Amino acid sequence: MGNLGSVEKALQYVGCAPVITSSLQQLEEASGIVLPGVGAFDDCIRGLRERGLLNPLRELIAGGKPYLGICLGLQMLFEQSEEGQESGLGIFPGQVVRFDHDLKIPQIGWNQVWPNQPVPHLAGISPGSWFYFVHSYYVQPADESIVATTTEYGYEFCSAVYQDNIFACQFHPEKSQAAGLKLLENFEQLTQITPPSERDEQE
Amino acid sequence: MLAKRIIPCLDVTDGRVVKGIKYVDHVDAGDPVEQAAEYDRQGADELVFLDITASLEHRQIMLDIVGRVAETIFIPFTVGGGIRTIDDIRQVLLAGADKISVMTAGILDPDIINEGAQRFGSQCIVCAIDAQRIQHEGRDDSDLGLAPEEDIEWKVWTYGGHEPTDVDALDWAVEATERGAGELLVTSMDADGTRAGYDIELLRRISERVIVPVIASGGAGNVEHMYQALTAGKADAVLAASIFHFGQYTVGQVKQELAGRGVTVRL
Repeated sequence: MGNLGSVEKALQYVGCAPVITSSLQQLEEASGIVLPGVGAFDDCIRGLRERGLLNPLRELIAGGKPYLGICLGLQMLFEQSEEGQESGLGIFPGQVVRFDHDLKIPQIGWNQVWPNQPVPHLAGISPGSWFYFVHSYYVQPADESIVATTTEYGYEFCSAVYQDNIFACQFHPEKSQAAGLKLLENFEQLTQITPPSERDEQE
Repeated sequence: MLAKRIIPCLDVTDGRVVKGIKYVDHVDAGDPVEQAAEYDRQGADELVFLDITASLEHRQIMLDIVGRVAETIFIPFTVGGGIRTIDDIRQVLLAGADKISVMTAGILDPDIINEGAQRFGSQCIVCAIDAQRIQHEGRDDSDLGLAPEEDIEWKVWTYGGHEPTDVDALDWAVEATERGAGELLVTSMDADGTRAGYDIELLRRISERVIVPVIASGGAGNVEHMYQALTAGKADAVLAASIFHFGQYTVGQVKQELAGRGVTVRL
């Protein structure tokens, strides 16, 4: 909803030419895919399935297409969510769970993001930078090596994951001022790098 | 840790800001987009735009502003004033706002909160509550069987403080969140414009009864007031207009001072 437009405007601001699409062909041709994820977990999965995009999207992401997931676009990468009945994309083993503490839910506002490993998407962004969050659920990856960043809300949780072509975050870079724009700019740069498979063919 | 949010509020009428930032030479004191950009530079965590005329003819002007703001600043912003229908909500969100706030419509037709939350998500539905304090002084408590905690009550007003209702503000706060409001913007009508401090008791009682964030509004005159709202008042965010517009403080100065007193803010 408003979310989609915000992401589009922020991407334009950093020099991307984003296209909002549900066309598989356009997704295949794109240099990268951004999935902001809007609404509830099940609605999102069903929406992709109804458009015939669920399996193709999984294949594109698994096939090495640069992928930026935001909020639900992160949660969907996992197997199951406490929020819904549908299965996620299952690209990463693990669950999506609801905050279980006495603090306010959803978490709404600015919180600090601490890198867990070097991630190209976070180049030039200081550890502990503030990003804007709006969520009640967070991901619990089975494989801790994909945890890109952590954040503290009642307890420490995984606020972004990273593996190869995939970076997905719980926070909203499109609403996180300078730090968020830098992340989007980094993503844009990374989509310009020729993937290894195509590089081999060229050589 | 989650930061407490500092939120400047811009009152807009006829496409112009009513109270402008008076101390920044290069900012057109009436242009909402320039003012939004200035507050963004100062480190505002969010912005609230209130369309204080909100008549039909002004709606299109407001949507244009929302679109321009969305292209210029990349922090969340809320638009309120005159939002009556689901279609109003859709238009404002499509124009680029992150959240909308409803006040009068929520009281007249509470289902708009349920439906808005279902369609667009709770995170973008802010319920604004204008509350007036009613102090029961000189009452014979033993006769009424009321505990001291019940010596004060607050009633909700609608139409931007023009129409009183019999709705209890605390009960309404709880109901609005049960219906799906993702945040509450709580304005003390008694304190609003006085710059004598927020109604801390009102904030505290609402904050203790709801699980969603509470934004304190009405009465900010200095950083001490904000500190009180965020600590004793248990608010998650403070909204202010005058102290920023009149150049008493920049957002950055407010944050520095709050941080110095141990409040977690985004610096």
